[in-house]
Amino acid sequence: MEKTKIIDAGKQLVNMIKMSVPIILGVVLLVGLVSKAIPQSFYSNLFTGINAIDAFIGSAIGSIAAGSPITSYIIGSELLNNGVSLVAVVAFILAWVTVGVVQFPAESLMLGRKFALARNITSFVTAIIISLLTVGTVWLIQ
Amino acid sequence: MVNPIKKIKDRIGANWFFLILVILAYFIITLFNLELLKESLLASWNIFKEVIPVVFLVFFLVFVFNLLFSPDKIIKYLGESSGIKGWIISVVFGVLSSGPIYMWYPLLKDLKSKGMRDAYITAFLYNRAVKIPLLSMMVFYFGWLLVIVLNFYMIIFSVINGYVVEKIIKRKEQI
Repeated sequence: MEKTKIIDAGKQLVNMIKMSVPIILGVVLLVGLVSKAIPQSFYSNLFTGINAIDAFIGSAIGSIAAGSPITSYIIGSELLNNGVSLVAVVAFILAWVTVGVVQFPAESLMLGRKFALARNITSFVTAIIISLLTVGTVWLIQ
Repeated sequence: MVNPIKKIKDRIGANWFFLILVILAYFIITLFNLELLKESLLASWNIFKEVIPVVFLVFFLVFVFNLLFSPDKIIKYLGESSGIKGWIISVVFGVLSSGPIYMWYPLLKDLKSKGMRDAYITAFLYNRAVKIPLLSMMVFYFGWLLVIVLNFYMIIFSVINGYVVEKIIKRKEQI
């Protein structure tokens, strides 16, 4: 392999590291902060009992929340136990992993503001649609 | 008159400016809630330990991609005319990739600069939600039927989202 090619690839990597490290550190700190600033009990008080509205609320809360997806499963399961609808819980766990309000500044900086905005809004709406379709399909199969 | 905040941002770079803003938020919390500060720092440290292997993997991949794949090859497999091949690559790699979503931004930025379609980036990022290592846990909480149906829709909608996001961006560029 050409030596110049390895040097070029190395240079590009160094530039990428310089650009990414502060962003990754910032997001990690922000995720840590948001995951502790919003108590888990906060979530169940926001739902209304109306499926369509709750799917919207579930998607909105999932978009703002941050942390490991496992946490979203645990909170989702708790919400179900507290009588929150399955549609809302599915929208919540889906938006948790597909929409990132906390990661938005990082996504904007790395992939472009227009892209980050379009992707997050589309994912927010999709979380609602998929939650309705999933629960509808499961209901039909059962 | 030049906005002083914009001046600082331009001088140090948007990436460092973002990190400084987050650190400032921590300073403000220190003034009001020391317990929250401790908990948040501990949570961040735990996340950091978790993501470190993924950071190394992603940077290694950036190096390998730069070494082995010229922009021509990226355009061939993930560019405008890649078609079904590009969709399959994005969906499969999205499902197989691990770690938090933001760890993959550097690699995607690199691939985007070499010609990767926004639609494929969207599909890749959406499929990051299909988490194979966590499937058993998801089944435990929500049952296998819901998990299968949900993951099926997620993969289908990753492609639809890809098209939609690309259309929105192209339309915005035309305006």
